[in-house]
Amino acid sequence: MREREEEWTGLMRSAISGDSAAYHRLLKAVTPVLRAAARRGLARAGQSVDQSEDIVQDILLAVHLKRHTWDANAPFAPWLFAIARNKLIDSLRRRGRRVFVNIDDFAETIASEPAAETAPASEVSAELQSLPARQRDVLRSIAVDSASIKETAAKFAISEGAVRVALHRGLASLTAKLREQ
Amino acid sequence: MQTDQLIRTLAADNAHRARPVGFALMLALLAAAPVSLLMFFAALGVRPDVMTAMHNPFFDLKFAVTLALAIAAISVSLHLSRPEASLRGWGWLLLIPAGLLVAGILGEMMMPQRMLPMPQRLPMMTRLVGSNSKVCMTAIPLISLPLLAAALVGLRHGAPARPALAGAIAGLLSAGLAATLYASHCTDDSPLFVATWYTIATALIAAIGALAGSKVLRF
Repeated sequence: MREREEEWTGLMRSAISGDSAAYHRLLKAVTPVLRAAARRGLARAGQSVDQSEDIVQDILLAVHLKRHTWDANAPFAPWLFAIARNKLIDSLRRRGRRVFVNIDDFAETIASEPAAETAPASEVSAELQSLPARQRDVLRSIAVDSASIKETAAKFAISEGAVRVALHRGLASLTAKLREQ
Repeated sequence: MQTDQLIRTLAADNAHRARPVGFALMLALLAAAPVSLLMFFAALGVRPDVMTAMHNPFFDLKFAVTLALAIAAISVSLHLSRPEASLRGWGWLLLIPAGLLVAGILGEMMMPQRMLPMPQRLPMMTRLVGSNSKVCMTAIPLISLPLLAAALVGLRHGAPARPALAGAIAGLLSAGLAATLYASHCTDDSPLFVATWYTIATALIAAIGALAGSKVLRF
């Protein structure tokens, strides 16, 4: 458990210094832990665990957009769990329950069995429809068609810079829309 | 969208670097400062006897208190913009301006009359009530508002776990800056006046900040 947290911290440091592969690995590694915590939170609030994937995606978006608030000299896990806890409470509240989420929930799940994705998430896909055309096209191309930034730029005959801007703005407005739900 | 697809998309955006929260906060405050300065100079302005007033330590103390509040609140609000942060170990910073005020009140009370500047020799209640309390309670909140809005915009770049608390601190920050301007206009220099009316004005802005923060600082 300790080793795993240190690995995360190392991956996040590499990610911040520009290593996108490390970032990808980190997000893959934390997702099962977030999923297990989301399920536990939902179950405890007496709600269907079907929505856990929406919560996981909500947390991942927040991790991505707020990663500059992580202090690279501090361990990554406490920061991650603080973001996750905040998002989990928020989602449960939005779904009509006031609950108390213990920070230990996350620490515990690190040791437990990784949970697989079950019910698909629907909220991000639904909000994707309401984005401006450029952002929507770029996000779809990269997420669904697995195109690279370069390929996406060629496909829409725009510059790579424009793809990057649309990608980031798209992710930011998706997050804003999810929050306003 | 599947989670794996989302993860791939996030990784593709790894090159994007957000500015630190402190940078965003400073930029926003600098943008709002001219508005507050304009309000202050258009409606109030610096008191005419400012050169003599500067020799009165109780006039100078007002700036020590208001600047201490602003600086402490800036530090605390930046600390709280990290999701895992709490007030523990940082809250005491906010006691510094209060401590300065208490020291000023005690100083004014204990110093022998002949050593005090003229305005400080008036009876206690006269000093506390002063002659500008209404202006004080109107001007500080109004001058604060542009700064509070700016502070909230800047702090939105952060990820505070307790948005209402972070908003209240943003209120303290803007009230501290606004009170620094106002202090140069006001002729009431007694720490008793400051402790009463400045505090009421500051509390009002902190409450507005908490309310606004609970809405806009959620992430």
